[in-house]
Amino acid sequence: MIELQNITKRVGQFTHIKPTTLTLKAGHFNVLLGETGAGKTSLIKLIAGLDPLAGGTIRFDGEDVTRLGTQKRRISLVHQFFVNYPHMSVFENIASPLRVAGMPESEIQGRVEEAADILQLRPMLGRRPSELSGGQQQRTALARAIAKDSRAVLLDEPLANLDYKLREELREQLPELFKGRGAVVVYATSEPEEALLLGGETALMQDGQVVQFGPTADIYRQPATLSAAQVFSDPPINVGDVVKAGDTVRMGAATWTLTGAAAGLADGPYSVAIRPHHVLPVAEEGATVPLEGEVIVTELSGSETSAHFRMATGDWVSLAPGVHPYKVGEAHRFYMDPTHCYFFAPDGQMVA
Amino acid sequence: MKTENQKAWFFVLPVLLLVAFNALVPIMTVVNYSVQETFGDNLFFWQGLDWFQQLLNSERFYAALGRQFLFTGIILAIEVPLGILIALSMPRKGIWVPVCLVLMALPMLIPWNVVGAMWNIFALPKIGMLGYFLNDVLGVPYDMTQNPLAAWITIIVMDVWHWTSLVVLLSYAGLVSISDAYYQAARIDGASRWSVFRYIELPKMKSVLTIAILLRFMDSFNIYTEPFVLTGGGPGNSTTLLSIDLVKIALGQFDLGPAAAMSLIYFAITLLVSWVFYSLMTKDDAK
Repeated sequence: MIELQNITKRVGQFTHIKPTTLTLKAGHFNVLLGETGAGKTSLIKLIAGLDPLAGGTIRFDGEDVTRLGTQKRRISLVHQFFVNYPHMSVFENIASPLRVAGMPESEIQGRVEEAADILQLRPMLGRRPSELSGGQQQRTALARAIAKDSRAVLLDEPLANLDYKLREELREQLPELFKGRGAVVVYATSEPEEALLLGGETALMQDGQVVQFGPTADIYRQPATLSAAQVFSDPPINVGDVVKAGDTVRMGAATWTLTGAAAGLADGPYSVAIRPHHVLPVAEEGATVPLEGEVIVTELSGSETSAHFRMATGDWVSLAPGVHPYKVGEAHRFYMDPTHCYFFAPDGQMVA
Repeated sequence: MKTENQKAWFFVLPVLLLVAFNALVPIMTVVNYSVQETFGDNLFFWQGLDWFQQLLNSERFYAALGRQFLFTGIILAIEVPLGILIALSMPRKGIWVPVCLVLMALPMLIPWNVVGAMWNIFALPKIGMLGYFLNDVLGVPYDMTQNPLAAWITIIVMDVWHWTSLVVLLSYAGLVSISDAYYQAARIDGASRWSVFRYIELPKMKSVLTIAILLRFMDSFNIYTEPFVLTGGGPGNSTTLLSIDLVKIALGQFDLGPAAAMSLIYFAITLLVSWVFYSLMTKDDAK
């Protein structure tokens, strides 16, 4: 368990990490989700002890490590670029932290081979990193993190520089790799999909602070703020300005009747947000509210079709299964499912 | 049916001409001299390989060659480690970086004969600051015009002063190109300062160091101007390096044939050592 208490980071006048309090547990993935520059790497470096804290305390399993050097924290870190010792074999690369720790040779042999087996590196143990593919290099870095007896494993966008296929493959293996190891796994990513696939708990980060933290699925379903919803949606979530009056709500030319929690809101202006896959090109069960728009861009990605369309109130995106023959520049009527709308007060807090 | 396009030769032609005028023609001129006896009025007599045989049997040549290797060996042994050490202790960022870089580059910007003249005056007993300080203040007998050891120490110190900067600048370029991530990985592994140097910095500097050593080898092996101005090859023959000896033969004695043969052997040695060294250093990467 890693407890962060009010930790902050400042560089000169700039605050990189605003006071942050988090409790990261072992046994599942702790995902830091945020866009580039949100502070994910900064937070990871603070946990690793690579950068000085401006304030706050860090505890590993109850032990205060705030003033402990990186070397003594017993952690592993995997970067988004592949960092291996260039003139050591893969075996020596995986073994290096164990050697520094003074582990007996027989145990090192066993550990390295175990890690190599998990990551399918057995045939490459004698090679140099430069002789490996990018995926194999990153697997070597991951094997080093696994072989070491760490209290925290910090993964900073480890799959970002891998090609699509390898990324999917490694992403599936990752949760298995760290199962039952007792280490707290922290995983930074900018991809919402990755957070959902890895499960566990997610901390949404924005502008150097954690805006929401909890079980990943809960955060996806119940974003606390409009910005949290925006960070945790790919393709971007549709946002529109509405006015509620009585039990109807109006967004430009579109109106619909409110049910559920939203019906109980006070009359007035709100922002609604709805994910693209709840805006469909045809009327369906649930998707009943018509939206008139002009198609401006369409993309067919395998089994799904997305369409960007322009309304008087703004541009929205529809994402629908199957192939839909849109014509760019033509008017099209889309239908949205009003039960999947999030309502946010003008200050950005979710209200329904 | 394959059609052959002969036009391709035209594209190669400029390179061919360049290489011809840059390398082949001058070398062939030297080859021409090396196999003939030359007299005034452009009289030539065929000598075959006589000059080469004579040279390879002459003690004078081996003595100069030995001095040359000794000199190059000593300055490499000093300049390379010293250069790395200075590069390691230079700041990696901040306002002092350009200051350090300019200070480092200064000695290299001074014309070579000026360097020789500077050190000559600097080191002369009685007149020079260094000579005066050593002799009259510290009481250390030091006279590079009389004492071979003093002469050697002076040319070595001069070369170290003049050229260590090259090693520093190249090593520094190698060091700053190392991503922070490597240092972080080393800290996380708990690696010592020595391990960081041995397993991260040195391997990452390897290619620039190879170039640095190669350049320093070639330059110091062919060095002429500075020791010529400083000691003129003396006292006696003690600092007569290969190039100084070569000029003595070619211009002092006007033995163009032996001098040409010596040039070719000299060139062959430089080329051979550079090639062997470079092949050894890049052997791993090519695999």
